[in-house]
Amino acid sequence: MLPELGQIALILALLLAVLLATVPLIGAQRGNNAWMLTARPLVYGQLLFIATAYALLTYAFVAHDFSVAYVASNSNSLLPTLYQYPAVWGAHEGSLLLWVLILAIWTVAVAVFSKKLPQIVIARVLAVMGWISVGFLSFLIFTSDPFARLLPAAQEGNDLNPVLQDPGMIFHPPLLYTGYVGFAVAFAFAIAALIDGNVNVQWVRWARPWTNVAWGFLTWGIALGSFWAYYELGWGGWWFWDPVENASFMPWLVGLALLHSQAVTEKRGSFRSWTLLLAIAAFSLSLLGTFLVRSGVLTSVHAFASDPRRGLFILTFLAIVIGGSLLLFAFRAPTEEKGQPFVAASRETLLLANNLLLSAAAFMILLGTLYPLLAEALNLGKISVGSPYFGLLFTILMTPLVLLLPFGPLTRWQREQPDKPMRMLAPWGLLALAAGAIAFFAWPGGTAKTVAACVAGIWLVFGTLRFVRERFVQAKGRFTAEMIGMCLAHVGLAVFFFGVLVTESTSVEKDVAAKPGQHFQLRGYDFRFDGTQAIQGPNYQADRGTVLVTRGDRLINTMHPEKRAYVSGGSIMTETAIDGTMFRDLYVAMGDSLGNDGSWALRLHVKPFVRWIWLGALMMAFGAFVVTVDKRFRRPVVVMDANG
Amino acid sequence: MIRRLLPLVAFILLASLLYVGVRMNSGRDNSAIPSPLIDKPAPAFSLPVLGDATRKIGNKDLLGAPYLLNVWGSWCVNCREEHPQITALARSGKVRVIGYDYKDAPEDGQRWLAQFGNPYEIVIADQDGQAALDWGIYGAPETFLVDARGIIRWKAVGAISDEVIQQQIEPQLAKLAASP
Repeated sequence: MLPELGQIALILALLLAVLLATVPLIGAQRGNNAWMLTARPLVYGQLLFIATAYALLTYAFVAHDFSVAYVASNSNSLLPTLYQYPAVWGAHEGSLLLWVLILAIWTVAVAVFSKKLPQIVIARVLAVMGWISVGFLSFLIFTSDPFARLLPAAQEGNDLNPVLQDPGMIFHPPLLYTGYVGFAVAFAFAIAALIDGNVNVQWVRWARPWTNVAWGFLTWGIALGSFWAYYELGWGGWWFWDPVENASFMPWLVGLALLHSQAVTEKRGSFRSWTLLLAIAAFSLSLLGTFLVRSGVLTSVHAFASDPRRGLFILTFLAIVIGGSLLLFAFRAPTEEKGQPFVAASRETLLLANNLLLSAAAFMILLGTLYPLLAEALNLGKISVGSPYFGLLFTILMTPLVLLLPFGPLTRWQREQPDKPMRMLAPWGLLALAAGAIAFFAWPGGTAKTVAACVAGIWLVFGTLRFVRERFVQAKGRFTAEMIGMCLAHVGLAVFFFGVLVTESTSVEKDVAAKPGQHFQLRGYDFRFDGTQAIQGPNYQADRGTVLVTRGDRLINTMHPEKRAYVSGGSIMTETAIDGTMFRDLYVAMGDSLGNDGSWALRLHVKPFVRWIWLGALMMAFGAFVVTVDKRFRRPVVVMDANG
Repeated sequence: MIRRLLPLVAFILLASLLYVGVRMNSGRDNSAIPSPLIDKPAPAFSLPVLGDATRKIGNKDLLGAPYLLNVWGSWCVNCREEHPQITALARSGKVRVIGYDYKDAPEDGQRWLAQFGNPYEIVIADQDGQAALDWGIYGAPETFLVDARGIIRWKAVGAISDEVIQQQIEPQLAKLAASP
């Protein structure tokens, strides 16, 4: 009975979404206030019904209702309670429901925080979000019903994919979806502006914090996913250029370009069409990511159920949403740039370079991700484009980005003497090069990449600090929240690049066949294998190894990697043991048992500065959040602004 | 106006490609593609064994019985997809399976085998992809069937599925067994 109620709730939500997508929009076209005013109540009602459906599905998981097909395939009576809640989004149907729920929450947030905006704008924005909701709700109801019954009911469930039974899994998808869906706000604003035909700078100001929040969540989501892959897959890698990872990375890059370009449009009035196009692109890439993951068009380690019918459905939806927006863009985008004029040596130019580099990176990733599909379509067979391509391309595009970044904040809008920022930054550039030279000779096992790590890290940090000093000299230390956020994010980027390059150049690893009692030396650490023990988990059995790590006479840690066999389905999972500090991770993963004498294949890693990768990402996201508390975003919105 | 239509045009191209992808996905066919090397002797090569760079393997060392040369790399996602099928085929003992680690750092290749299992009789490493040019390899995965006298008999590009094994590789092997 309850699952049927869930279905009904979803259908009611769809009906409200259809009303939301049409009534306020028609009201806005005709200037009918009463029709426009329906937008907010419809938004609240939609959230109520979707939340009800979501709660009912969660209840089906907690109550082990194996008569619901989705529950039977993704849960088990032995599944620990902690994982019964995230199990709701453990597979296709439930994660779509989560998507729709998060979209409904964002829409309500827009409705609540937009009291100061003109009625006509908010009616259009909410209606556009309603269209997206219609698309996803019908996808959910018509192709991916999470409440479908299994008759007769299963006695026992199949269990949640063991890869997903991990604390990282609890937060990864919601954070990622919050980021994806958040770009819908900037998108809705862009479409509303295109319908209106006037790109009002005030609206861009209003939309900016939303883009920052969405981008910050996406950053956290991606970073958490990467961290999870690092400790869960047992490979010691943190990024695989897998199609699904790429699908989340493309909107991240374009979203990053968007938040810089929005700042230009809001402050100087320039880049209007460009900002609109990026807003459309960021959300379109989020949708494309969903399509790539859900349609099974691309093969990936993230094995999701694929179904050509679903693929066609999303593709049609993509064609309507993206094609429609781009058509609107072609006919309605502002034809003349109304912003303040600027010359080549100006902050505008630098931000344009930032935008072009980030967009080019996103485009190259799109090309690399779709190349296998193109090859297959042209009958060249199925081919993988791997890290050789992505790594090279990324180095080429990120080098100028790092080089130019410190110049941005120090260069004035409109016109700047080119030698002024040069002179300010020259000593710090020299310092970075000197540090690189020292690293080359002094860093144990350092390579050209280690040198690049030091040069890039120091250049970005000191370049940013130079800007901080400039504020103290010129503005007596007055900082806006926007500047603090920017500095945090830029230093975060430095930390990130430093972590990536140092880890990639100086990590060492060893695959060993270990007999109990045997010692192994790696980078000054002594690893002693003390055999394994059989242990019994709630829904798995495991061999738990003990590895004693010492350095000199000091005991570092006793590590316990595990090899788990899950009861249902018999999947084998590697649980790595990690001893992490800010400066290095010791990482032990178990391979296979090598015979009856208790020896095992072990993989030992020492990874210097690997945590800085995720620390940098956290800082970047945090910076994006700090920007949103800036006072400028709380200034009253002036309704009529003739200058646009 | 024309400039403003460019994003739309780009999207239409993309959408058509995705449409083709969806259609193909519903009736997948990993057919062997014609290669100019079919029925020609395998190219001469001499490559180190993965994990033991001092030991070299050349095409002369592999004569005597048919073998399947499976090109893979640790960076290749589709290789993981076909790996269970390759493993099953190798374990069945129907044919020798030789691994060809393509454009890969040897450590990465060994780690990949440790993770996913090593079904190969031997794995040769072509780190810079030079020898692969002679074989006409342009990606991974690719698979060649070479007969006992060193003649290439069959080639497939892309992941090997159970259907490809049953409908193509096994008949090819039967043909080889019938004609000495």
